[in-house]
Amino acid sequence: MADTDNYQHIGKNFVPPDVVGKVTGRAKYTADMSVDGMLYARMYVSPIPHGRVTHLDLSESLALDGVFGALTADDVSPANSADRTILTNEPMYVGEPIFAIAAVDERTAENAIALARITIEPLPFEVDPLSSLQAGGANAHSGGNIYVGGQEGGLKELKWSEQELQNFINQQAMPDEAINEWHYGSLEQGFADASVVIEEPFVTSGYAHMCMEPRSTLAYWQNGKCIVYGSTQSQSFVLPYLAGMLGIELKDLVYIGENCGGGFGSKIGPYPSMAIPVFLSKKIGRAVMLRVTREEEYYIGTARVGFQGRVKIGFKSDGSVSAVDLFIVQDIGSHSGGGDASSAGGAISILYQPQAMRFRGVPVLTNTTPRGAQRGPGQNQIAAVMGPIMDVAARQLNMDRVEIRRINAPDSDSRIGGKQGPVTSAYMKQALDLGARMFDWDKKRAEKTASTTHKVIGLGIGQGYHSAGAKGFDGLVRLTPDGKIHLHSGVGNLGTYSYASTTRSAAEVLKCSWENCVLEYGSSEASLPWSSYQAGSNTSFTHSRANYAAASNALEKIKQIAAMVLGGTSAEYDVARERVFNISTPSKSMSYAQVAQKAIDLGGEYSGASYPDDIHPVTQIAVQQIAGSGLIGVAKDKLPQEGTVPGLAVCYMQIELDTETGKYEILDHVAIAECGTVVHPQGLYNQMSGGAVWGIGLAGYERHAYDSQNGLPANVGFYQCKPPTYLDTPLEIKVGAVDIADPQSPYGIRGIGEPAMGCASAALMSALSDALDGQLFNQSPVTADMIINLVRGELDAENTSGVAFNPQMKAHSF
Amino acid sequence: MNAKLTRRRFIKGVIASSVAAVSSGSALYVNAASGAVHLGIVERLITLTVNGRKRRVDVLPQEMLADTLRKRLGLTGTKISCNRGECGACTVLIDDLAYYACSTLTHSVSAKNIRTVEGLQAADGTLHPLQQAFIEELSPQCGFCTPGQLMSAVALLQSSPKPTRQEARQALSGNLCRCGAYEQYLNGVMRASGQKRQTGKTGL
Repeated sequence: MADTDNYQHIGKNFVPPDVVGKVTGRAKYTADMSVDGMLYARMYVSPIPHGRVTHLDLSESLALDGVFGALTADDVSPANSADRTILTNEPMYVGEPIFAIAAVDERTAENAIALARITIEPLPFEVDPLSSLQAGGANAHSGGNIYVGGQEGGLKELKWSEQELQNFINQQAMPDEAINEWHYGSLEQGFADASVVIEEPFVTSGYAHMCMEPRSTLAYWQNGKCIVYGSTQSQSFVLPYLAGMLGIELKDLVYIGENCGGGFGSKIGPYPSMAIPVFLSKKIGRAVMLRVTREEEYYIGTARVGFQGRVKIGFKSDGSVSAVDLFIVQDIGSHSGGGDASSAGGAISILYQPQAMRFRGVPVLTNTTPRGAQRGPGQNQIAAVMGPIMDVAARQLNMDRVEIRRINAPDSDSRIGGKQGPVTSAYMKQALDLGARMFDWDKKRAEKTASTTHKVIGLGIGQGYHSAGAKGFDGLVRLTPDGKIHLHSGVGNLGTYSYASTTRSAAEVLKCSWENCVLEYGSSEASLPWSSYQAGSNTSFTHSRANYAAASNALEKIKQIAAMVLGGTSAEYDVARERVFNISTPSKSMSYAQVAQKAIDLGGEYSGASYPDDIHPVTQIAVQQIAGSGLIGVAKDKLPQEGTVPGLAVCYMQIELDTETGKYEILDHVAIAECGTVVHPQGLYNQMSGGAVWGIGLAGYERHAYDSQNGLPANVGFYQCKPPTYLDTPLEIKVGAVDIADPQSPYGIRGIGEPAMGCASAALMSALSDALDGQLFNQSPVTADMIINLVRGELDAENTSGVAFNPQMKAHSF
Repeated sequence: MNAKLTRRRFIKGVIASSVAAVSSGSALYVNAASGAVHLGIVERLITLTVNGRKRRVDVLPQEMLADTLRKRLGLTGTKISCNRGECGACTVLIDDLAYYACSTLTHSVSAKNIRTVEGLQAADGTLHPLQQAFIEELSPQCGFCTPGQLMSAVALLQSSPKPTRQEARQALSGNLCRCGAYEQYLNGVMRASGQKRQTGKTGL
């Protein structure tokens, strides 16, 4: 266990300052804001999946009373790649914004849109990746059906022969040609060493992020500055990218993202529609609000990448994985989003430590909603695939299902990915063992007997992984003469409370009470330092370090000032209870308030009048704003760091499945985090149980459905997309943590948000398979109708090694 | 199960108000036959009782309560997420029953008592026991659905002060949370009702 007993803040619960606003209704989200004279914008979005605007006449729209202006694709930067655009004259999916109108209210704006004269010439489209790869299949873009990243990348065309396609669909052979590829070790040797070889196809559905708060934006210009209210996961990270999108300098942008009503990867940085009210406001000279509707949020809010793939895995007689050959066709939607497939390969490489591995991927564009990162992008889809496959291997090797996972579990010497790089630390065996104890695996396994009724029990185990940390970002703290310690957090408030919990590292260094700390966050006017993006489970590791670095800088300055005033050297001083004192003569001391005043008097680096050269321009602006108001501690995180920072998680699940209805109840759910030192127990509990709900959604409910004939999305609302409700999830979720400090974090902290989901999706898939005598669905989500059909024998699933790849199992079939 | 709060009754209320909304709203500003757009609608001044205070407010014939609360009365604690009766973010109490404000015609509630999240806190600043419990359990994550979750929970505890966890789960099932904070909201309801957690929740 991490030694948090001696910590004042790390490992302790606290009340984050924003939670009171959330329960009183005072927390303001973008659509809650109002500015005098504010206009409202509405968008006209494409009604067809691919087309070209050949005629657009807005004269009648603009003549309508109450209309103040319009914005078209010609007013904004033209597209020169497959990247998403603000507005377009060549829509690539149903719902892509074409033009926008600002008026006194939304109703008037919509009436004006109805008066627009527009002609859109239809172009070929495709909503299924395999159909696009088929010879003669349509390309999603005029320039190709494949998007390749990197400098040599861009749009390309890839077509498979009918034989190659049939070989892939019918599980005969993997295609020869891939776009992305990495490998290590000898696959040939790995499979030669194997006692058991399992080869399975799989399909995982894409689905929308469905944040509760649609991505609305309010913008106006004031005294040459652009003020933008948005809904983003990140705060400081947004600034340079938004300034770039708007074509303005960093110093002229004020960004307020105090509360974000859910992002899950879809609001990491500025979203394209954020620019619409900004440009309209500039054009018209009044504030403009763009409230995005639920249906529009489905269109422009991005979605998870879908997989159609095959995996071949070799197991030695002792259960260790000797070789993995993974091939994934990934649906990357209408634009260049999604590196999920390679990430899926990376997750397999660490979770099961194969002796040799090859990953190959083909990213295919479709005329569907844009894809982007969604909670564990790639890692969590493949977790759901791998869960039941590991069970098949255990059965064939006559091993316990926990034991086969223990044998392959990563530890601190493990390697990851094609380059087989190191990890900072890993304790997956301990996580599996803790979970088995909390779940009482041995007892539940022993009690599980063949059912004689239509109610059957299934036991599942799942494992999740995501990289969970970065380095090199800035921290900023400030002591003021009123005795307050201001902790400036550039971290966005996305609902994880990491904007606050990461500052606890600074409070720990400064040995101050939390009550005297003032959290500065949520607006660039609050003088916030440069931050990483709030995604990829990285914030806890990354910003615990940055806060530690800034507080250490402040601490050194505090001691220097004490030495100047009280005599001696800084090494002779320490701090406690917001005072700096001479270690040998404690009566020689100063309060933080006195130190802050002295820092102002001294100026220079003490007051922020000067600052280090290596801090980011965003941090430089923040320091300039607060210079002279107290003692400034500011630093870039340059602490040593090498290797991937892993976030790991384990889930055990017991379900009772009704084979007559296909419905199931989750009777027991244990989620274990392996994320280093637990910095904020309640926050971790939230992430693990919230991640569990997401995992249940991936495995059991959520998917896209497109009409392949017309390219129309069939589900554009919550009810149709089916995020899990109270009734779809366990009545209770038990959470535990391994709680062993990571050596590359000052307080041992790593992140966890994404693996929390992957392990649950894997456990549910594993439990469903276990309830049905080991039969595999090879597809997620597994819905009630699929279960009933399988039980009735209407799916080809006669053996326990998996179903035949059904050609109907296309990504968007419904 | 609380008789006043059955899902069937809740859903029936939503459907009834939605139908009314469509029938009046569609005739309002676009003449379907001519395509002509009519502006300058005469608005109606009505009195609403919100959080114990009478408020005079101009309301369009087809206006939904969520819009009235947010735009005309400045009560933005009531959130709009789906705007079609699927998610519960806009839940308010109307004569102590939970309703989706996005699907409730404002004109239909002019004689009723409306309570929003802003009306939970006492005049002296004391938080409602559910608000306090939600803070102590750190129930919200992103917080966008929290006002709706709170109002459904308030309705539950008013009629059933000591619900079982299962009853609370049923009563709140009309409120989506995309962060998946169901566990913490149920913990909040159990804490506010003076009940201990039913099992050892966590190894943390």
